[in-house]
Amino acid sequence: MELLINGKKMELNCDTAFEVRDCIGKPQDIVILNGFQIEENCRLKENDSIAVIGKGRLPKREELESMMVARHTPRVHEQLKKGKVAIAGLGGLGSNIAVMLARIGVGQLLLVDFDVVEPSNLNRQNYYVSHLGMPKTEALKIQIAEINPFIKIDVRKKKVSEANVKEIFSGYDIVCEAFDKAEMKSMLVNTALAELKGIKIVSASGMAGYDSGNRIKTTRVMKNLYLCGDLENSAEVGRGLMAPRVQICAGHQANMILRLLLGIEEV
Amino acid sequence: MRVNGKEITLSSNHKLLDFLEINQYDPQKIAIERNGEIVPKSAYHQVILDNEDRLEIVSFVGGG
Repeated sequence: MELLINGKKMELNCDTAFEVRDCIGKPQDIVILNGFQIEENCRLKENDSIAVIGKGRLPKREELESMMVARHTPRVHEQLKKGKVAIAGLGGLGSNIAVMLARIGVGQLLLVDFDVVEPSNLNRQNYYVSHLGMPKTEALKIQIAEINPFIKIDVRKKKVSEANVKEIFSGYDIVCEAFDKAEMKSMLVNTALAELKGIKIVSASGMAGYDSGNRIKTTRVMKNLYLCGDLENSAEVGRGLMAPRVQICAGHQANMILRLLLGIEEV
Repeated sequence: MRVNGKEITLSSNHKLLDFLEINQYDPQKIAIERNGEIVPKSAYHQVILDNEDRLEIVSFVGGG
């Protein structure tokens, strides 16, 4: 029957997934059937997608992409690869969101931040000691190339203002607001909604401290504006930003972006 | 008038900016949708509210 094996269409005389594995790989290889890693043998249907991945073997570049795609649910990957998402601010939210969007295979990312990595960032932001002093845009670009080298990354090392929102963010499907200051969040949301018709914004408000993680939610507050957070807990003296809640909130934002890229507008 | 889903009765026609001040909103930290359209900040002092309006006022707090 005709099967998609490691990204290539092949005519193979195999009835089960493990027969395919034994045919092209070794018994200890990982088998992924239609996006799911299987432990027990499964019967195959016409056009099933199977990836056989050798543990600890460094794949060639063209093989790597099909192996990575194999882990995504069929049809989801094609849509995500077409997605264009801009991330404004590469701090605790933005750096973690960028990495998540890279892992799920969003095709094109714009990373916007004017700052460099500092020691005070390491408590929650997705950077290492080796990145200290480096622009956040560059540090993140290097990491994403290591996570998923098939993503097109554009960077802008620039401070966002009312005057440049339209120029920086036009052409993207979704703008992810990941700034730190409330005034900057407000400026970006207002300007983008007014000047970029049809754009969707996924923003965040309220994730500081160590209050319950369950209070962080995603809400559709306007037709084209989604807001993630507990809406209350601001970062202030005595209530700092900490990795767990910041990452919960980043996860909410990344998941809403994923849903929007798949055409789902409900939260 | 409906503000964030709650019914409010305006005693007289209010300027949006006055309404924000009375209700202690900081214009620098919010976004407003009026009848489904975003209200630019530069228009806050011009918009006159009326009892048919539906307002969504989103407040942002710092942290990210």
